[in-house]
Amino acid sequence: MSKSLNIALLGNPNTGKTSLFNSLTGLSQKVGNYPGVTVEKKEGVCKLDRTTEGYFIDLPGTYSINSSSIDESIVVELLLNKNNKDYPDLALVIADVENLKRNLLLFTQVKDLGIPTILVINMADQMKRKGISLDIPILEQTLETKIALVSTRENTGLDELKKLILDYGIISNKPLIQINSIDKKYFENLENAFPRQSIYKLWLIITQDANFGAIQRTLISDISKFQTKSKSEIKRLQQKETIKRYQFINGVLKKCFQIDKASATDFRSKLDRVLIHKFWGYLIFFSILMIIFQSIFSWSEVPMDFIDNCFNYLSSVASNNLPSGVFTDLLSEGIIPGLGGIVIFIPQIAFLFLFLSILEETGYMSRVVFLMDRGLRRFGLSGKSIIPLISGTACAIPAIMSTRNIESWKERLITILVTPFTTCSARLPVYAILIAVVIPDGYFLGFSYKGLMLMFLYLIGFLMALGIAWILTKTLSIHSKSYFVIELPNYKIPLIKNVALTVWEKTKSFVEGAGKIILAISILLWILASYGPGENFNQAENIIQKKYPELAEKEIELKTNSFKLQNSYVGVLGRSIEPIITPLGYDWKIGIAIITSFAAREVFVGTLATIYSVQNDDNDTIKNKMASEIRKDGKLLFNLASGTSLMIFYAFAMQCMSTLAVVKKETNSWKWPLGQLFFMTILAYFISFLTYQILS
Amino acid sequence: MIPLSQLKFGENACIESTEIDKIPLKLIEMGCLPGNFVTIIQKAPFDDPLYLKVDETHLAIRKETAKFIFVKLIK
Repeated sequence: MSKSLNIALLGNPNTGKTSLFNSLTGLSQKVGNYPGVTVEKKEGVCKLDRTTEGYFIDLPGTYSINSSSIDESIVVELLLNKNNKDYPDLALVIADVENLKRNLLLFTQVKDLGIPTILVINMADQMKRKGISLDIPILEQTLETKIALVSTRENTGLDELKKLILDYGIISNKPLIQINSIDKKYFENLENAFPRQSIYKLWLIITQDANFGAIQRTLISDISKFQTKSKSEIKRLQQKETIKRYQFINGVLKKCFQIDKASATDFRSKLDRVLIHKFWGYLIFFSILMIIFQSIFSWSEVPMDFIDNCFNYLSSVASNNLPSGVFTDLLSEGIIPGLGGIVIFIPQIAFLFLFLSILEETGYMSRVVFLMDRGLRRFGLSGKSIIPLISGTACAIPAIMSTRNIESWKERLITILVTPFTTCSARLPVYAILIAVVIPDGYFLGFSYKGLMLMFLYLIGFLMALGIAWILTKTLSIHSKSYFVIELPNYKIPLIKNVALTVWEKTKSFVEGAGKIILAISILLWILASYGPGENFNQAENIIQKKYPELAEKEIELKTNSFKLQNSYVGVLGRSIEPIITPLGYDWKIGIAIITSFAAREVFVGTLATIYSVQNDDNDTIKNKMASEIRKDGKLLFNLASGTSLMIFYAFAMQCMSTLAVVKKETNSWKWPLGQLFFMTILAYFISFLTYQILS
Repeated sequence: MIPLSQLKFGENACIESTEIDKIPLKLIEMGCLPGNFVTIIQKAPFDDPLYLKVDETHLAIRKETAKFIFVKLIK
């Protein structure tokens, strides 16, 4: 008969906790969300022996079980709630041998909860090089636990660890620190009120503002009568508790830990001197960013073209070989291109996360936060927001996914909400064609007007992102920790396995999470564009043939497609919004293009091509068509005023269903993406309106 | 005794006291306790944030937090 054990992995950030989790569980891991919050929940299975399976849960990295963020309250909630299905049979606290003292603080807290706790000392292979010697038997004895020495880098010590896990029954679950000694009287009262509870657990319930399971919640409301201490007094007691724990730890380490400072290398401080230098640090960081985004652009191009061609080929295979009918059309024009629209993002997502996880693994990312904190803080953003904001110039999808490592929920949410303002690569085809048509030739100080216009569009996108971030910081009332404390970990060479798993997991979560929504919307848009009410749509071919009997077959086909689109449901919608968009300088044909390009901004160009019955890939012809298009009042449709207004509209409007799908996934609610859609559309409309009215 | 925010690059000091209500518990847990040694390793432009080594931990805090940690210089 097989048994299973619930095992919780805890540890400070940067101790190799996730590396250990990856080594133990590999590809069996599942990444989901904790119910109701946007914290990642990582679980995985590992066979411990022939009959026992270990269910590992990789808890968010934390310095103590006193929570100061949503991530950390997940930890304390799980450890306090015995009714939680994930409540651990035993806990592993992972410690980095170099920061043993600080890591042991968390260990003593977890052990004091009465959970059998194994101490896992990572980077054991580094001990000699760092001049560290450690007496394991004495440490095991004084901490009343079992210790596993592992190296996630060299993959050693895992079998010994598994044996210790199987024998977890022999580990004492007695507390190490008597919590009542920090304030005898207070804890006596507490004990009298709740005689059957562990006082350390009660203490945690009092001090944490986390949500607990049903049983503890009632306990809290009872306890409020006893909460005679003010917040400040409680904090003083917590400090006292921390000092007490450190006294204990110092006493333990004195007996069994020695470090020979002379053999410690000074690699870190040498590298820091350059990488966070007031001038060179920024230069290096922006060079790295340039390299990353340049490679995302150029490296992704090849696989993206390949994916595009593959799906086009699949579509044509489907439509040529299957019997013609509704189903074949749905497959070849709705489903296959819809799937293609998901897969096309994979190269960019994979490349961005390849680079990001390398930066994260090496320890460089914390330096970035250090460098950028002050500049972005005034806009309510985190130092880490610089990565999404700049990745956004490639594509908002991976950029929004990369906000996951921003600890503060408020800063993360604001970053998610403003990232779509940055000029993504899908806006480029729209800008390119509009600039070519409406911006005159000419030079200003040696720069062409066209180039300056493009630069201006990038600039206003970025400025709008910062401006809206600033407004949101002032207006969103979200309780979030305001303190900024980050550890700057040692530099490390990234582990290929960790990098590969991150890339795999991010890509998978995009396809599974956002993919469904993207597919659904693209099928809906296809239906709207492929069907229409009334005779005009259904008899399109006959009507066109009658109207232009002299034209060749190819011309007829183009004209028919145009006519069909104009009379489809999308066409009807485009006409019906015409009164709304006329003040912006657009006609109903542009209205149709705006609606279809909700699938992706670059579809704008393709739609205009269909409407003006020109070949899709013939850019010059579209330009000429656009440049000669006349409005009802006899003026040019695409003039400086309406063209600029249209570019401004695309700069600010949320014209991207894939971004909405990702925001839904990352914020775990429809509230934010719908709010974003509404707000950005209104903003874009208003500014485009002003632009048109001023310029015309 | 001076606030940590006034400590200069490269100077060594010992933490004397902290204004407990003004600094996060996390900082205390990372070793910002009276009696521990602290060094400034680097300052970002405009001296904010500060990159410190406290006890054995390397960390960065903002100037506004460093104002509430009081230290004594060690010659």
